[in-house]
Amino acid sequence: MNRHLLSTADLSRDDAVLILDTAEHLSQVADRSIKKLPTLRGRTVVNLFYEDSTRTRISFEAAAKRLSADVINFSAKGSSVSKGESLKDTALTLQAMGADAVVVRHGASGAPHRLATWVDGSVVNAGDGTHEHPTQALLDAFTMRRRLGDLDGRRVTIVGDILHSRVARSNVHLLHTLGAEVTVVAPPTLLPVAMGDWPCEVSYDFDAVLSKSDAVMMLRVQHERMNASFFPSAREYSRRYGLDPARLARMPEGAIVMHPGPMNRGMEIAAEVADCARSTIVEQVTNGVTVRMAVLYLLLSGSESAIGGPQ
Amino acid sequence: MNVARKQGRDDDRRHDGPSEPGDPPGPEHAGERAVLEAPDIGRALTRIAHEILERAKGADDLMLLGIPTRGAFLARRLAERIEQVEGRPVAVGSLDVTMYRDDLRLRPARALGRTELPAGGVDGRIVVLVDDVLFSGRTVRAALDALNDLGRPRAVRLAVLVDRGHRELPIRADHVGKNLPTSRAETVRVCLSEIDRRDAVLLRGGQR
Repeated sequence: MNRHLLSTADLSRDDAVLILDTAEHLSQVADRSIKKLPTLRGRTVVNLFYEDSTRTRISFEAAAKRLSADVINFSAKGSSVSKGESLKDTALTLQAMGADAVVVRHGASGAPHRLATWVDGSVVNAGDGTHEHPTQALLDAFTMRRRLGDLDGRRVTIVGDILHSRVARSNVHLLHTLGAEVTVVAPPTLLPVAMGDWPCEVSYDFDAVLSKSDAVMMLRVQHERMNASFFPSAREYSRRYGLDPARLARMPEGAIVMHPGPMNRGMEIAAEVADCARSTIVEQVTNGVTVRMAVLYLLLSGSESAIGGPQ
Repeated sequence: MNVARKQGRDDDRRHDGPSEPGDPPGPEHAGERAVLEAPDIGRALTRIAHEILERAKGADDLMLLGIPTRGAFLARRLAERIEQVEGRPVAVGSLDVTMYRDDLRLRPARALGRTELPAGGVDGRIVVLVDDVLFSGRTVRAALDALNDLGRPRAVRLAVLVDRGHRELPIRADHVGKNLPTSRAETVRVCLSEIDRRDAVLLRGGQR
């Protein structure tokens, strides 16, 4: 049976915990002199990136290589996509080449779901439009679990452009599955119209929720998607929704600051906050490789996947 | 087909065999008989501990690495006995070999076990691998590969509680608790009080 990782909403609590536990075991590999395992020898992982990305693509590539898989990188720029090849034809090409897994990033929400119906291999969603980015949420949860312990009952606040954020959606679903209480904070213009099925609280007032947050996750203001006047000025946004040293000081002791990157320093997060000891931003990148190793291992190593919803 | 594979399979009892933690453990399932009871296991481990010490000429540079799940408990028990004899602690840890197995693709992806390497690493040490049952030898082969990626031990030895024969690779144990001649149709199950509520080696099946 074919299994994919398309959305964190598909993950049961057992699946999510299995991924995080597996990642915990795999994190030891990073401390060894030989950072490689033979497990996926002879398997092919294709990185299919229709949108720009540095850390996600490199992270998936490093993860696949540490498991000894062969990696083929495909970016839309400089490929037949610029000659007008459709996603389906590209998928069939990959299929014909025998890809065991396709890691896909696409600007259109739902593209990985379509892709999953065309290829035999496992599909891993590495970000689709404004929909989901499941491995980011998994690495965030992994980082939180390492810093804070069990996530059950922990209060997590996600601040920023919820409307365009695939990271926010994936995190809300996963953190809810893991038992955390999530609050999203944003100006009303940057919240989706219908949030009825989001298992979280909504607030417009950052300062009100700040003092009861175990983790604060700042989202990037996505200038490339700011095609309407969502807020009056960058400065006003920064004043009301940016994490500056004064706000950091009001956070509870032991609370952590997270950011999925890339950051706009001085906009949603002040430089001194990003570099402080409570910031997990660099850890998140390290943990990204580990968590993606766990996902690839669980999807690809056996005769059938241990995780993910059936398609 | 599934059944045939189960019977021919070796060291995978620990992954989905009937003695997974959380299973109703302890008393024999139907058709099982105990070949070793708790005192037998205790005596065997005491003897193995002495053998290891004698062979290594003391506990210097010695490191015991158990293969999860039950091998890790056995390694710890051996370490306790060695400490009683020598009067000082011996390095002990566990080594998960799942990622190095040669049968990963035959069955669904499985959860990983714990690897705990004592401080100082394996370089230059005499490493004693500890497992509960030696069968095809494929787990030990995987363990040797895993060790190879961790460093370069001075020597690697193998201690097992039960050797049930049917080797598929040129591997033998240095220290054996009990040689147990079996047929391939039989299953051997090791219960340890740490997770199974009691100590026993149980044998099941065969003639049918």
